[in-house]
Amino acid sequence: MEANGKTPLVEMKDISLAFGGLKAVDHASIDLFPGEVVGLLGHNGAGKSCLIKVLSGAYKRDGGHIFINGEEATINNPRDAKHYGIETIYQTLALADNVDAASNLYLGRELLTRWGTLDDSAMEAEARKVMGRLNPNFRRFKDPVTSLSGGQRQSVAIARAIHFNARILIMDEPTAALGPQETAQVGELIKQLKADGIGIFLISHDIHDVFDLADRVAVMKNGQIVGTGRVENLTKDEVLGMIILGKCPPGATPGPGAVPSD
Amino acid sequence: MSSTAPGAVGGAPVEPLIRRLLRATEIDTRMIGMIGALALIWVGFHIYTIILNGEGLFLTPRNLWNLLVQTSSVAVMATGMVLIIVMRHIDLSVGAILGFVSTIIGVTQVHILPQYLGLDNPAIWIITLILGLAVGAAIGALHGSLVAYLGIPAFIVTLGGQLFWRGAAWWVTTGQTIAPLDDRFSLMGGGPLGSIGAVASWALGFLACVGIMIGLYAGRRRRMRYNFPLRPMWAEVTLAAIGCFIALGATWVVNDYPWPERVAANYAAANNIVAPEGGLFIPTGYAIPVLMALVAGVVMTFMSKRTRFGRYVYAIGGNPEAAELAGINTKRITVLVFAVMGMLAAISGCIESARLDSATNVLGQFEELYVIAAAVIGGTSLMGGIGTIYGALIGALVIQSLQSGMVLLGFDSAFQQMVVGVVLVGAVGLDTFYRRRTAKG
Repeated sequence: MEANGKTPLVEMKDISLAFGGLKAVDHASIDLFPGEVVGLLGHNGAGKSCLIKVLSGAYKRDGGHIFINGEEATINNPRDAKHYGIETIYQTLALADNVDAASNLYLGRELLTRWGTLDDSAMEAEARKVMGRLNPNFRRFKDPVTSLSGGQRQSVAIARAIHFNARILIMDEPTAALGPQETAQVGELIKQLKADGIGIFLISHDIHDVFDLADRVAVMKNGQIVGTGRVENLTKDEVLGMIILGKCPPGATPGPGAVPSD
Repeated sequence: MSSTAPGAVGGAPVEPLIRRLLRATEIDTRMIGMIGALALIWVGFHIYTIILNGEGLFLTPRNLWNLLVQTSSVAVMATGMVLIIVMRHIDLSVGAILGFVSTIIGVTQVHILPQYLGLDNPAIWIITLILGLAVGAAIGALHGSLVAYLGIPAFIVTLGGQLFWRGAAWWVTTGQTIAPLDDRFSLMGGGPLGSIGAVASWALGFLACVGIMIGLYAGRRRRMRYNFPLRPMWAEVTLAAIGCFIALGATWVVNDYPWPERVAANYAAANNIVAPEGGLFIPTGYAIPVLMALVAGVVMTFMSKRTRFGRYVYAIGGNPEAAELAGINTKRITVLVFAVMGMLAAISGCIESARLDSATNVLGQFEELYVIAAAVIGGTSLMGGIGTIYGALIGALVIQSLQSGMVLLGFDSAFQQMVVGVVLVGAVGLDTFYRRRTAKG
């Protein structure tokens, strides 16, 4: 793919995933380099979320290999993925609605006192710091997250993903619940994380978002990769053609899902 | 929440006193509602007995003491049922586990251990207690594993468990009543001997007061350390006063209930004490089963609020998928929750068999329904994710108060069940209505 001689941060090779007879992901391969944003595009049901959930450990793949920094990785559940520094912001946000922001931020990684009990004060203090950077208007630290607005909930989910020194970040429709101003904030955040050398998979069906933020795009259709290419070599119309028709333009490297050009 | 915000002081005079009190002390309004309902039931029955008999029978030390003892078994199990329901499961087998464990304990105590240790060996009660707890936890863990790893709904697993363990209890006892149990073991059932007396009760009451104050002080210091908003000082003092009043008031009530005349007379005769005019007044104090229920409440509250296990239980109840994605081993937590429930059912089995000084295969029958009702009346939501231990304890007290009040009034037992059923549905209906309104507002 990218022949710049570096080892990719993530390389997913020949990944397959089926639910019964339905092939959700069909021999898809994709890679990601440090400090790079790869936009993953496709229709609803094209398999992009499924492919990414294999990486985050939410689904167990039926076939294929995952390499992190060139070494084969064993990812069978979300815990494994977190060990490799893979953090995910899910489309559904995956928040426990009945507990507060700090508890969600630290869910599964709670801070403990020296007695082995939960250190809620320390977690709340940290949460105030993180949220202060990410969303200065955030005040409701004691309330269950179900009572927060869409944007506030989203910022809790984002804070959770970036607070634990992620090396690989998966963002599944990160701006779906946000207004224009907050969307711009997320854009800024992505640029900042990129500068820190974090690799980001950005899943979106908003093609403008992806063109603004991504270095490369990969397009999926029917569970297969149609093609991948650098953003500067492609036009939005060409990418739309990939999404809708599965036609791979000359500026992109065709994948197994590409329709033979006539 | 931030009660010391400068703006709050200026706006304070406009705010009604009670609302200001609730906000500053951060007391849960739902708890106030439940305690209010309980008070209403108590006072209502008391007045009713005054009208009916010319004297109040409900709010007497004797009745309250008995009420607490009768509540303890269901209260112990309700603390576990809260966590089960919070995790969106149900446990219909607790009554049967209670029965099965008590028969195992009975058989070991009466038929097996005396052969090896002699009849009155002081090790017998502790060996059988540990055995009982282990059996209860193992049964719970088995149910939890079936739910977690095989994906069989908890309703089915525990319905099957109810039939299975009830049958097993019958099989163990061959239908006979096993009695009498070990004397030391029987202390767990309460009664004059199974109570701790006046001095120890007062000591415990004052210890509870000290504990409440230390807890409030530690909480305040923690908030200061992280610069979180503090409660105003008068609110802290009010909280401490309420806590101490409840602890010392309860102690006063249980100490105001003397040993029954006959028991006191026998005791006096056995110890060469000359009984004064009007009989010997020996304060009963807290009954051991009541203390066991209180300890269960404290331990379970600690587990649910201050440990990872508890945090995960609530997170799983709130959003199972999110908990899984956060890397929580949800299956292990499920097994643990059912194991804890099984162990609590075993504790209740000890309390009930000790109270009857015997073990039978029908012990605890239909009790799962009262346990579930106690948790639900106490504010536990069957949708999962919401529920408190103290709520379940109050819920258990509400149910038992209704029942023993109706017994005092001589209600038909058919009628008693009907009333409890109506109260259960009514309480949940009210709670749902309240929740919907606060969610909108």
